[in-house]
Amino acid sequence: MQRSFIANNPSVLWFLLCLAAFTLGVTVLAEATGAGLISTSFVKTLGKVLCLCLVAIAMDVVWGYCGILSLGHFAFFGIGGYAVGMWLMYARTEAIVVENLSARLIPPTPAEVNDAIATQIFGVVGSSEFPLIWAFADSLLLQLLLVVLVPGFLALIFGWLAFRSRVTGVYLSILTQAMTLALALYLFQNDSGLRGNNGLSGLQNIPGFEAVPQSVVSMAFFWASAVALGAGYVLFARVLSGKMGSVIRAIRDDESRVRFLGYHVESYKLFVFTLTAIVAGIAGALYYPQAGIINPAEIAPIASIYLAVWVAIGGRGRLYGAVIGTAFVSLLSSWFTGGSAPNVNLGFYTIQWTEWWLVLLGLSFVAVTLFFPGGIGMLFDKFTRKSQ
Amino acid sequence: MIRLLTFVLAALCLPLTAHAQDLQALLQTHEKIIAKPSRKNVTPVLDALVGSGLPQVPEFLQNWQDKEVYQRAADGLFFYADKTGKTYTLKDVSGGTEVATEVSASDIKQIKPNGGVRKVIAQYLVQFQLSDPDINRRTDALNAISRNLSADQIEPLRASIDGESDATLKLRKQRLANYLMARFGESSADRVAAIEAIAGDLSVEGRAVLSQILETRVAASQALPDGENIARQLEVGEDLSRTEAYTLLVETSGLPATISDNEIRLALESYVDGGRVAGIPIAQLDTLDARAKAYDALAASDVVPARVTQEDIDAALADWGIYEIYLDQDDAVTAAAKEAQSAVNTRVGLNQAADLGLDAISLASIYFLAAVGLAITFGVMGVINMAHGEFIMMGAYTGYVVQQFITNYTLSLVVALPLAFAVTFAAGVLMERTVIRWLYNRPLETLLATFGISIALQQLAKNIFGTQARPLTSPGWLDGAWVINDVVQISYIRIAIFVLALLFLGLLLFILKKTRLGLEVRAVTQNPRMAASMGINPDKIKMMTFGLGSGIAGIAGVAIGLFAKVTSEMGSDYIVQSFMTVVVGGVGNVWGTLAGAAMIGTFQKGVEWLNPSNTLAAQTYMILFIILFIQFRPKGIIALKGRAAGD
Amino acid sequence: MNLFSKTLTSAAALTVMAGAAMAADCPVKVGVLHSLSGTMAISETTLKDTMLMLVEQQNAKGGVLGCEIEPVVVDPASDWPLFAEKARELLTTHEVDVIFGNWTSVSRKSVLPVIEELNGLLFYPVQYEGEESSKNVFYTGAAPNQQAIPAVDYFLEELGVEKFALLGTDYVYPRTTNNILEQYLQDNGIAKDDIFVNYTPFGHSDWATIVADVVALGEDGKSVGVISTINGDANIGFYKELAAAGISADEIPVVAFSVGEEELSGLDTSNLVGHLAAWNYFQSAETESNAEFIDAWKAYAGAERVTNDPMEAHYIGFNMWVNAVEAAGTTDVDAVRTAMYGQEFPNLTGGTAVMLPNHHLAKPVLIGEIQADGQFDIISKTEEVPGDAWTDFLPASAVLKSDWKDLGCGMYNTETASCVQIKSNY
Repeated sequence: MQRSFIANNPSVLWFLLCLAAFTLGVTVLAEATGAGLISTSFVKTLGKVLCLCLVAIAMDVVWGYCGILSLGHFAFFGIGGYAVGMWLMYARTEAIVVENLSARLIPPTPAEVNDAIATQIFGVVGSSEFPLIWAFADSLLLQLLLVVLVPGFLALIFGWLAFRSRVTGVYLSILTQAMTLALALYLFQNDSGLRGNNGLSGLQNIPGFEAVPQSVVSMAFFWASAVALGAGYVLFARVLSGKMGSVIRAIRDDESRVRFLGYHVESYKLFVFTLTAIVAGIAGALYYPQAGIINPAEIAPIASIYLAVWVAIGGRGRLYGAVIGTAFVSLLSSWFTGGSAPNVNLGFYTIQWTEWWLVLLGLSFVAVTLFFPGGIGMLFDKFTRKSQ
Repeated sequence: MIRLLTFVLAALCLPLTAHAQDLQALLQTHEKIIAKPSRKNVTPVLDALVGSGLPQVPEFLQNWQDKEVYQRAADGLFFYADKTGKTYTLKDVSGGTEVATEVSASDIKQIKPNGGVRKVIAQYLVQFQLSDPDINRRTDALNAISRNLSADQIEPLRASIDGESDATLKLRKQRLANYLMARFGESSADRVAAIEAIAGDLSVEGRAVLSQILETRVAASQALPDGENIARQLEVGEDLSRTEAYTLLVETSGLPATISDNEIRLALESYVDGGRVAGIPIAQLDTLDARAKAYDALAASDVVPARVTQEDIDAALADWGIYEIYLDQDDAVTAAAKEAQSAVNTRVGLNQAADLGLDAISLASIYFLAAVGLAITFGVMGVINMAHGEFIMMGAYTGYVVQQFITNYTLSLVVALPLAFAVTFAAGVLMERTVIRWLYNRPLETLLATFGISIALQQLAKNIFGTQARPLTSPGWLDGAWVINDVVQISYIRIAIFVLALLFLGLLLFILKKTRLGLEVRAVTQNPRMAASMGINPDKIKMMTFGLGSGIAGIAGVAIGLFAKVTSEMGSDYIVQSFMTVVVGGVGNVWGTLAGAAMIGTFQKGVEWLNPSNTLAAQTYMILFIILFIQFRPKGIIALKGRAAGD
Repeated sequence: MNLFSKTLTSAAALTVMAGAAMAADCPVKVGVLHSLSGTMAISETTLKDTMLMLVEQQNAKGGVLGCEIEPVVVDPASDWPLFAEKARELLTTHEVDVIFGNWTSVSRKSVLPVIEELNGLLFYPVQYEGEESSKNVFYTGAAPNQQAIPAVDYFLEELGVEKFALLGTDYVYPRTTNNILEQYLQDNGIAKDDIFVNYTPFGHSDWATIVADVVALGEDGKSVGVISTINGDANIGFYKELAAAGISADEIPVVAFSVGEEELSGLDTSNLVGHLAAWNYFQSAETESNAEFIDAWKAYAGAERVTNDPMEAHYIGFNMWVNAVEAAGTTDVDAVRTAMYGQEFPNLTGGTAVMLPNHHLAKPVLIGEIQADGQFDIISKTEEVPGDAWTDFLPASAVLKSDWKDLGCGMYNTETASCVQIKSNY
C-alpha cells in the first residue's frame, strides 16, 4: 500500500525532496546556523511563506479538487493564530507580573495575579478584566487544542448548515465571504475581548525562551513550518489518492451525478471543508509567532481572496501548483511593494511599482483566468507527463 | 505701563472726551479682559459696559462677538476695521469715523472671543435685540434666551411680543415666555398653567424645561424627611446597588467607610514584624480570608480601624432611607410637571420609533441603490461582478471631476448624473466584451476575474486621485433636513436618495416588463438558444444589459458620494452587503432586491437601537442573521418559481 | 557581513551611495518607516516627504558629525505585521542609526518588540493614547494630557458644557482616551449618566441615528458638547450629517482630536465654522519659524499642500536628534538617548519644546475653531504641558511613572517603588 501510494504519486516524493533541499539550503546559508548570507528577517519571511503554502494547499484541496470556492479559509488561519497568540501573550505577561508582584512584602493572592495580568494585557485597550474566551489561555496544551478544535468546529457547523441546504457555487463563495467579514468585524470590536483593532502583539517572544536570540527562534519556526508543510502535503495527497479522491474530484465535476450514484455528497464535502479548515488553523498557529502580531485586518475578506489568487496563478488541482503560486506571488509581491523593484521611466511618466504592482497583479489575474486556467503548474504538467 | 501713560496723556489732552461718557475710555479700563476674554471673568466687564448706558455699547458688543474688534499694538486702543487688500482701515468704536488707513496686519491684533464668551455676550445683547428691526438679530436673541433661561428675561421678552411682526418668531417668543413662566412664574397656579401648556410640546427645549423643574438631589435620612418635596424613596437592590447605597451613606452620614482588599494589604504590609503579621507568617497571607483574619487581629489590638462587615452594612441600610428630593419646593408644580413629562415621554417614544423607522428606510434605500445595478447583472443575468463596487466608485469620482470644472453645484449634478451613467456604461460594456463573455458558463472564474479587475481599478483610482477622500458637495437646496419636530427629522439628501431609489425601481420594472429590451433580456436569460432562434442577438442583449446594470451603479455612486464620501475604497464598503441584499431578496427579481434591502436596513437599525453604544456589533449580527436566513430560505425572500427559477 | 550580502543590500536599498569613501560611520543613515501605499498612505506619505525635506535641509547645512545624512525609505504598506518586518530590515540589513516612522498605534505596537530586541531608536510623531513607555521610542506627538485633557478643560471652563458625548472610532486610541476622559469628567463632577459613549467602525457613513441621539442629550436642559475621536474618512459623513441636522457650534460644539488641515481638505467647511480641534500645532500659527517652514514645505511639495501637527512633531524630533548626535559625538543609540534628555528646540508655534526623561515632549496645547477656508483660527493656547506617559486619571496608571534618565525604567510603580518591567507592554 505504502509503495503504491508513492508510486502513484511520484510528485509527492519530488516535492518532499525539494522541500528538504530548500530547508537545508536555507539552514546552511542563514545567520544563526550557517554562513550568514540570509538575514533573520528573510528567514522569517521564508518561514511565513511556508505557512502560507500550507494554507494554500488546503485551499487547493477544497477548491481545486472539491470545487468549493471558499472565500473564508483565511478566517480559519486567523483563528489558529489567535488561539496560539492568546497563550503567548498570557504566558509572557504572567512571567512579568509574577516577578513584579513577588517584590511585595506579602505574597499575592491568585485573584491579584489574575487582575494584574489582565490589566497588563487589556490596559492598552482600556479594560482590566479577562473576557470569558481567555479561560484556557494559561494552558499551552489547551490552547494548542483550540488551534485545531475551533476552526474545525466552526467549519463543521458552517459547512453542515450550508451543504445541507444545498448552497453551492457562487452563493457558497459569497456566504463564506460573509462569514469572514462577520468574524473580522466581530474581532474589530474591542468588546470581543481580543483587543480589537490592536490584536495580539509581541508574539515573536516565546515565553521561557526569552534568552534565545530571534535568529535561532526564527530558524526553529522555519523548520517547524517546513515539517508542517511536508506533513500537510502528504496528508492531502493520501486523502486525494484512491477512491475517496476520485469521489471528491467527481463532486467537483458533476455534483448531482455523484449524488445519483448513491454517494452522500454532503458528507464528503463536509469532511474536506472541515479538514482543510483544521490545516488552515495549524498553518496560522505557526505563521503568527513569526509575523509577531495578529489583528482583525489579517482576516478581512481580501486576504482569503488573495489565497484564491495564489492558488489560481499556481494552478488549481495540483498541490504543488498551490505551493508554487503562493511562493511565487507572495515573494514577488513583497519584492515589488518593498520598493526594491526598479522604477520604469517611460519618459512622460515614471511607473513606481509600489503604486502599480496591484494593478499589474489584478490584470495578470484576469489574464491567468482567461488564458491559462492551469496556471504556472501547467508548465510542470508537460514535464511530468513526459517523465511518466 | 506705557500704554496706560499714553492713554492718560491722551485723556488729559482731549477735554472733549468727557469722563465715563466715552466708550473707548470705558473699554480701556477693562483693556486686559476685553483683549483676552474668558467666560469666567467677562461678566463684570459686560455689566459695566451695559450699565454705562452708552448708546454705542450694543454695536460694540455685536462686533466684539463677531470677532470684528481689533486692538492697536502701539497704544492698546480698540477699533473696528475694514480690510482692503492687505491693509486695514481702522474706525473709531464710537461713531465709526476713520482713524487710520493703510494699517498693516502686524500692527493690530484681532480680538477673538471664544465660543463660551460669545454666548455670554449674546445673553447681554438680548435686551437690545428683542425688538431689533433685523429679523436675524431677533432670532439670535431668542436663541440666546433658550440656551440659558433666566428669570430676568420674562419682562423684556413679554414686552416685545406685541410688537413682533413675524408670525413664526411671535409664536416662538410666546413659547419661550411660557417656558420662562413655567420655571420662574410668581404663583403656583401660573406655573402649573404654563406647565400644562408644555405637555404637548415635543421640542428639546420644552423637555428641558420640564426636566429642570423636576431636578432632584439624593439624600439619606433615618426618618422620612420633613417639609421636603420628596420625589420617591430609592430601593436598594433595584434603584442602586448595595455598595452604591452604602457609599452614599458613608459620604452623607458619617458612617465608617468599607476597607478595600488593597487597603487591607497595604495595612498588613505596614505591620510586618519579623516575617509575621499579627502572628501569622507572611507566606500564608496569599488568600483574602487569611488576610482578613490577620487584619481583624490587628483591628482587635486597635492599630487599624475595624472592617465593616456585611452585617454592618445590612444594619445601616435597614436603618437609613435614601430619598430623591425635588429641588423645587412647590409640590403642585412638580406634580404637574411630572404628569406633563410622562405625557411628553410617551409621545417622544412614539416619535423616536418613527424616526428610527425613517432611518431604517433611508438606510434601506442606500443599500437598494448600491445593489440595484447588481440586481440586473447578478440577479437577472447571473453574472458575478466583484468589480460592481468599483463601478460605484467610478461614478462618484466622475461626479468629483465634474465638480472641478463646473462650480455651480446644481448644474454639476445635472451634468454628473448622465455622465456617470455613460462612463460606467462604457466600462461595463468594455468589461463584458473583453472578459465576462468568455466566462459565461464558468461563474467561479467570473468571480475571480472580476475580482482581479476590482483590485486593479481600486489601485488605479488611488494612483490617479490619491487615497484621501475627495469632496463631492451637494447643492444648497439639498442641505439641511426636513424637520417634522425635534425628534423626527431626516436630511434632504437622504430623501433625495430615497426618491432616486424609487425612480430606479420604477425604471427597471418598466424596462424589464414593458419594453422590447426587457422582453429580450428575459428571453435571453431564460433560454439563450431559443431566444437566438427567434431572431434575438443574445450577445448584444447581454452586452446592453450588463452596460445598463453598470451604468446604474455609476449613478448610485454619485448619490452615495454626495451623502458620504468619495474614496477609492468606497466600493469595497458596499460590495459584500450588496451581494447579500440581492441574495437575501431573491435572485432574478427587482422586487426581491427591494425586500432584501428593506429587511437588512431595518434589521441593522433595530440592532443599533438595542445596543446604541456599539454600531460595529450591528453589522456583525446583521451578517450572521443573513447567513442563518439563507439556511431557511436559500432562494431568498421572493423566490422565482417554475421555469424562471432555472434549475 | 561579507561583500556578497553587502552588494545585495545596497542593490535592495534603492538608494545611491553618495561618496562611498568617507569616514568609517559615513553616511549617517536615517530610516523612514511610513506607509506609502494602503489605507494610511495619505497621512504617512506626507510625513515621509517631510522627513526627506528635513534631511535635505540638514545636508545643505553640512549634515551631522561632518557626514552626509542618507535617508532609507521603506514601505510597510499599511500592513501591521509588515511594519515589524521592515523595522527589522532597517535595523539589521540597512543598519540605520535612527528610525522616524509609524502613524497608527497598532503599527507602533508591532514595531516595539523588534526595536527593543535590536536596541534601535524610533521617533513617533503622532498624538496617541499613552499608557506605554519604551526605552527605544521618543514620543514627539501628544499624550492624552497634552491634547484631550486641555480640550476637555476648555469645554468645562470656557464653554460651560455639562453633558458630554464621547464619539469615537472603535480602536485603541479612542477607547483609551475616552476611558481616561470618562474618569476625568467624573472627577470634575460630571455624573456618569451625563456621559454618552459611542463607538463606530472605521469609515462609518451612516450617522443619522447617532447625531439624533446626541441632539436628544439636550432634553434635560444641560449644555451638550461632543468630544470626537472619530478617525479619518468617517469624519466626512459625521460632519455632513451634523451640518444637515443644522447643529451649529453654538448649540453643540464638537472638538476633534483627529481632524487637522489635511482631513478638512476633503470637506466643504462652510457649515462647520466654529467647531473645534485640539492640537499642538496649527498651520495658522503666526510665528516667523512657522512661516519659513510652510514656505519651505510648499516649495518642496507643492503650493497646495498644507502643514499639520505630526509634521511639526517630526520637525522637532529630527532637529533634536541632530543636536543630540552632535552633543554625543556619535550616532550610538545609548549615547544619543542620554544626550536627548533635556534637549530643547523652538516650537513652530512659539515657545520651546523640551525632551523629558519619560521620552515625551513638553509642548503647548492649541485649540482652534474651524474657519470657512479649511484652516483653524487659534483661540486658545496653553503654556507648555509636559507629556505624561501614564495618565494620572486611571487608578491603575496613576501609580506608574516613566523615568529613563534616573530610574532607568519606563513602568515604575511608585507605590511599591519597583520597576514593573523594563520592556514596554505591547
